[in-house]
Amino acid sequence: MPPLLKTILLAALLAVATATPAYTLEEFQFDSPAQEQEFRDLIAKLRCLVCQNESLAGSQAELAQDLRNEVYRMMRAGQSEDEILDFLVARYGDFVLYDPPLKPSTYVLWFGPFVIIGIAAFFMLRAVLRRKPAGDDDMSEAERERLRTLLGADSAADGEPKKPT
Amino acid sequence: MAMSKSVRYLTPLIVFAGLVALLVWGLGQDPREVPSPLIGKPVPQFSLPALEDPNRTVTEADLKGKISLVNVWASWCSSCRAEHQALMALSEVPDFQIVGLNWKDEAQDAMRVLQLTGNPYDLNGYDPDNTVGIHWGVYGAPETFVVDQDGIIRYKHIGPIDREVWEKKLQPLVSELRARG
Repeated sequence: MPPLLKTILLAALLAVATATPAYTLEEFQFDSPAQEQEFRDLIAKLRCLVCQNESLAGSQAELAQDLRNEVYRMMRAGQSEDEILDFLVARYGDFVLYDPPLKPSTYVLWFGPFVIIGIAAFFMLRAVLRRKPAGDDDMSEAERERLRTLLGADSAADGEPKKPT
Repeated sequence: MAMSKSVRYLTPLIVFAGLVALLVWGLGQDPREVPSPLIGKPVPQFSLPALEDPNRTVTEADLKGKISLVNVWASWCSSCRAEHQALMALSEVPDFQIVGLNWKDEAQDAMRVLQLTGNPYDLNGYDPDNTVGIHWGVYGAPETFVVDQDGIIRYKHIGPIDREVWEKKLQPLVSELRARG
């Protein structure tokens, strides 16, 4: 294939790929913008079980569509957010929530990272504390004298603040 | 001290090997197999027209008194075609009934599949709009639930049933339920 044709084809492919229309909620009617916002917030908290890495709000999968309809229907029937979430969790499990609840089966998920950080911190602290403090004893008397002179000379020089030239 | 020194040098390697083992194990897991919260619970109440006869209704009462395999399927689902042979073989076994949940499908298409390839189902609920599927936590086809004689959901298998799934998972459970009487 000539390079130019290849480039054009590739560009066309990319254009098609990015031109996929974003999902909209136009099919749903709301009484108020606040209600619409509530609906959007709610479906953003729910995972599409088919695609798993998309929320119900973002997914085009048919099941996501069904669940959006169900959430919409329940909301219009006056059910609270918690009632709707409980309904879905009872059927699809905690996995449907992006923000998993804190309970024994999720302790590892919630506390695991802190436990690992704690273990790492313990070993690091131990290693740091075990390191011998740099002892002065390694220096001979002559070295110490030289150090004193150097430090003395240095602090004397620092005594007079230098004016910027 | 030589011993403890060599252990110290080996520690990162051991930790790394452990991590690799964990990740390899993770790769072998199927993230699609989301555990169902319905296990151990009674089947949800439902009422659906039968696929074969719209005048007859299928309800949760049809799932009591005997062991049932409730199989979620659709004519558009290629994995369902793959498990169809297995279901045909299982329909010969008298220990349980096979109840279909024809899910998000067209009745005509579903009937055609059954006429062409055989009908392993004792009964089929027709759920074109996923009204009942939602209550069963269905998120794809095929899925198969094992329901005991009291109408309690005992197991959910996600994906097609094949010989291995039957022999290792479903059959032991069915035998156990049967022995319980």
